[in-house]
Amino acid sequence: MVRAVRADELAPSTGAWQVEATGLRVKAGSRLAVDGLDLTLGPGVHGLLGPNGAGKTTLMRALGTVIRPKGGRLHLLGRDVTDRRSLRAVRARLGYLPQMFGFYPKFTVRDYVEYMAWLREMPAAAVPAAAQRAVDRVGLTDRADSRLKSLSGGMVRRVGIAQAIVNEPDLLLLDEPTVGLDPEQRVEFRELLRDLGDTSCVLVSTHLVEDVVAACGDVLLVDQGRLVFRGVPADLARLGAHDGAGDSAAERGYSVLLRDHRSAA
Amino acid sequence: MTAHVPAATLTAYASGDLGADDAMAWPVEAHLENCPRCQDRLAELVTGPVQEILAVARTAVLAESRSGPRPARRRRLRRLSYRWLSPSVIPWALVTLIAVAAAFLLDEAFSARSSVVLLLAPVAPLSGLAVAWSRRWDPAWETVSGTARAGLDLLLRRTVVILLTVLPLLAVVGWRVGANPALWLLPCLTFTAAALLLGGLIGVSRAAALIGAAWMLAVALPALVMVRLPVLVQPESLRGWAVAAVALAGLVVLRAGDHRQHAGRN
Ligand SMILES: [Zn+2]
Repeated sequence: MVRAVRADELAPSTGAWQVEATGLRVKAGSRLAVDGLDLTLGPGVHGLLGPNGAGKTTLMRALGTVIRPKGGRLHLLGRDVTDRRSLRAVRARLGYLPQMFGFYPKFTVRDYVEYMAWLREMPAAAVPAAAQRAVDRVGLTDRADSRLKSLSGGMVRRVGIAQAIVNEPDLLLLDEPTVGLDPEQRVEFRELLRDLGDTSCVLVSTHLVEDVVAACGDVLLVDQGRLVFRGVPADLARLGAHDGAGDSAAERGYSVLLRDHRSAA
Repeated sequence: MTAHVPAATLTAYASGDLGADDAMAWPVEAHLENCPRCQDRLAELVTGPVQEILAVARTAVLAESRSGPRPARRRRLRRLSYRWLSPSVIPWALVTLIAVAAAFLLDEAFSARSSVVLLLAPVAPLSGLAVAWSRRWDPAWETVSGTARAGLDLLLRRTVVILLTVLPLLAVVGWRVGANPALWLLPCLTFTAAALLLGGLIGVSRAAALIGAAWMLAVALPALVMVRLPVLVQPESLRGWAVAAVALAGLVVLRAGDHRQHAGRN
């Protein structure tokens, strides 16, 4: 899509990474769910794995600028987002699908995606075409004018993905995007992910090891609020070749990693 | 585009005598792309087989345009309402309407008592503000709060709609009970600004509940029990209300950044 380049896009940023976190601490309620996490992410698709309660969702919410970190350093797209004044500019280039994707039942798919594009301050003239393209990309073209309350869970999830990608974000955060998708849709979604990862930084939080193996360029493992492993999907298969619990080599590798980390700690 | 394609060249082009690799063909095509007149001239010159291909293409395009997806309707009004209304606004509007109507009926029935309408005016917009930007009442709260417009931009739009609903309502009942318009307008605006200002620190829902409860307990309830209009809703307090409204509104703008990110509490 051809569009004008804004001046702030040409301004030099302080870092080469879309995400730069050092010693990040984020609270979930009264608990420090993310506690001293260091992370740098560049372009590509990154898979975030970890057991329930490891702090994945809290981390995603902090990266999505929904909650404010309690401590540490967090730079997104080269700007310090602990400084409230830089939030607006960063948020316009951000896409975020929360784990609990709430929506307005009376909105149509198109209404909702256009509304999110407007909230992300896309130029008004570009919104209708961008919304159509996002809806097409998640395969909901024929349901574009259906109300959200009439859609199935998997379709709503795809609307969630459409609203997250409508502004062609430089940093895309997807929390459990494949929940409710059937196997065929999941395959299509992985294709879309690889496509998106060509130009932007995509972080996918999931509990499905197979999603990470199929679509991600690298694997991040989080446990107890910290990053405990970083590698490529092949590492998981290698670790799980002869050891661990699970249905596939990668799943076994994941369980081995988690077990080794916990016994070392 | 000064000169059109000469007739002889166009005829040669139409019959295919001017090959695709001919250096002459390129400028002809470049001109044809932008010149409707030469396009028409060319259409008359093309021969049988080309006309057949064109006819087939035309039929296919027309069929596609009939069976393909319909163009999206223009939805200007709906778009406008999404941008300005908070999604839970309808139940709130009903509650407020009932409260104001009840206050009016009380005033009509017991005209000797203190004016219930004036006592209700400051808190009338607060229930709307409580649902305007709240994690509990806005199902898409989390998705919306990570966007560029989240913060005072969105909140002020929703506040404007709330005031546009409340103020005409108060104007009608205020006029019917014969109250000085400033006596309901200024307190109403002051409380709205106060809720927004405090809301930046503790969340708008909480702030609206707190301020509303404080007014009801400290001013409205004693006034109703003692059957006396408190000095706060009498003309001598107007100067104070005006100063408070302007000062608080100014502070709301100064503290706009408070609304930009969730403080962890609303
Ligand atoms: Zn011409």
